[in-house]
Amino acid sequence: MAKPRVAFFEFTSCEGCQLTVVDSLQDHPELLDVVDIVQFREAISERDDNYQIAFIEGSCSRPSDEAKLQAIREQAGLVVALGACAHLGGVNAIRNRQPLDDVRQYVYGDKADWYETYPARPISAVIKVDAVIPGCPIDRKEFVRAVTHLLQGRAPYIPDNPVCIECKLKGNVCVYQRGMTCLGPITLGGCDAICPTYGEGCDGCRGLISNPNLASLKNVLAERGLTEADIEARMTLFLTYQKMEMEAAHGGD
Amino acid sequence: MVATKTVTVDIHHLTRVEGHGNIVVDVQNGELTQCELQIVETPRFFEAMLRGRPYEESSHITSRICGICAVGHATTSLRATEKALGIEPTEQTVLLRKLNFYGEILDSHILHAYLLVAPDLLGVGSVIPLAKSAPEVVLRALRMKKLAGDLCAAICGRHTHPIAMTVGGFTHFPTIEQLYELRERLERARPDVDATVELFQTLELPQFERDTEYIALRKSDEYSFIDGEIASTDGGTWAIEQYREITNEYLVPHSSAKHTANQRQSYMVGALARFNVNHDRLHPKAQAAADALGLKPVCTNPYMNTVAQVVEIVHSVEHAIELIDTLLEGGVAWEAPAPPSRLSGEGAGACEVPRGTLFHNYVIEDGLVVGANCIIPTGQNLANIEADMRALVPQILDRPREAIALALEMLVRAYDPCISCSTHLLDVTFI
Repeated sequence: MAKPRVAFFEFTSCEGCQLTVVDSLQDHPELLDVVDIVQFREAISERDDNYQIAFIEGSCSRPSDEAKLQAIREQAGLVVALGACAHLGGVNAIRNRQPLDDVRQYVYGDKADWYETYPARPISAVIKVDAVIPGCPIDRKEFVRAVTHLLQGRAPYIPDNPVCIECKLKGNVCVYQRGMTCLGPITLGGCDAICPTYGEGCDGCRGLISNPNLASLKNVLAERGLTEADIEARMTLFLTYQKMEMEAAHGGD
Repeated sequence: MVATKTVTVDIHHLTRVEGHGNIVVDVQNGELTQCELQIVETPRFFEAMLRGRPYEESSHITSRICGICAVGHATTSLRATEKALGIEPTEQTVLLRKLNFYGEILDSHILHAYLLVAPDLLGVGSVIPLAKSAPEVVLRALRMKKLAGDLCAAICGRHTHPIAMTVGGFTHFPTIEQLYELRERLERARPDVDATVELFQTLELPQFERDTEYIALRKSDEYSFIDGEIASTDGGTWAIEQYREITNEYLVPHSSAKHTANQRQSYMVGALARFNVNHDRLHPKAQAAADALGLKPVCTNPYMNTVAQVVEIVHSVEHAIELIDTLLEGGVAWEAPAPPSRLSGEGAGACEVPRGTLFHNYVIEDGLVVGANCIIPTGQNLANIEADMRALVPQILDRPREAIALALEMLVRAYDPCISCSTHLLDVTFI
């Protein structure tokens, strides 16, 4: 059987998820034997537009990105969003809360017109996405597992449980009990609760579980002394795009 | 014939670099009419994003500027915030940050020297054919890179993006057992480090000299990566707070990253600049490696930046071992982060990240960031790269078009550009 032909692409991002892909080769060099990487601009010069699986890192943040995304969609049988920027909009969407002209002028002054941009969106706002590998950055083990699933002809399995489950299994002391706050109760797990394990509350980089109890979490945060503005900041580090979509759909919460 | 030659080179989306750049060179009848490194990366607006955010978030947001130098951005961000809010990190915090920083320097330099540059010098298109033709070289690179990543993971959770680094200190600490294990692995990596020096002794780099100004942070007692004074090979030192006097940013239409200039029309930052400014502060073993590799200050061949990175690999491994010894002597305490002494102020931080001097500058009011400026190494190098291209093209005009294109690609790649980092620079109008 011919090896699947795989391509990697990046839009607005730090390229850290693709770097994590390279890092996964440290433990799994055999990945190179089971797929043909035909395009990966950050790492290789070879380039072939005949591919079946496209991994896309980064958000769509300018009009010219759309045609590029559509061209990838037309070619690829399977499109996988790689990481929070592609999956959620991620940190790129933080600026969506500010007037676009103001953002452009703040950074590029009177030359703002030279550089094309518009509000940052997840790639699913532009093209159909078949699978997601969440996280900022993606989890190395989850990437390898996802590739295995794709090679078996099935969608990567991403558990729909909150970070708290994995955090409890690790035996961590709850960060709330340590006087901090955490979005673990509403955030999709699969990261092995890495942030609480290293002493930081979860910031929600993997997106929401399917049935998040947002109202309850807000109460908990308020009980811990967070103001409306603190809660807003907390919810908009990675989830600005989702929050703005929800507000648009429900006219606020 | 050369005098009347017409050549156009148009390399769209240069490969084996971080981010999106094009090289465009146009020679008409022997005359260079266009010579640009176009930065076509999407603008990213990080400074605008920081406005209105709690100061504690700054390092977590700005580490997302770059997946390769995430620890460098986080460290620089923390230093800027700490200076703004009058926070003095403890000696242990300083030691752990330095050790963590070596993990990133090693990770990034190994990635660049082995996986991005070596394929050119070994005549293959990328690391994938290299894995077939010279598997021991690729396996060595992956082995060393894994050690570098594990070093960061033990201290801050992961290299991309660090978790346990926070304003005033850390939220998690490595165990003594982890430090012993890292020390042992670093010692066992010495043959790999020696083999790296030997490999680059055998590789032939292009000959090209162009004198320029080299800028790096300098300290009296060590080869500086975190803090210090800004120093130049043209003479002069500046406090970090005076960074705007040396960067003098300006915009050009063909680049979404700003250009900079100090005492000449351009200057260089990065491993070669650090070597040229701070060679006397290198670990003796790194100085011996520089001698073996034929790297002498002041070296004016930009292709030698990769060789300077190899010298810094030696320095980083040796100094990391010494830092671990110091930590083991004193033990590692679970200490709370040093608290702020005020919630408003302005501060500038600077670090020598893998690609050169990085500046973050914040204004904080009542705990919220109200103004931010980040000046990225690659942005500072862009004008210098173009000056190199303008000097190089006439010297190699007698070669076939493909050879000219390859020489230019290798030149840009030698700077190890980090393009997605560099495209969100701004003129700050502090409120």
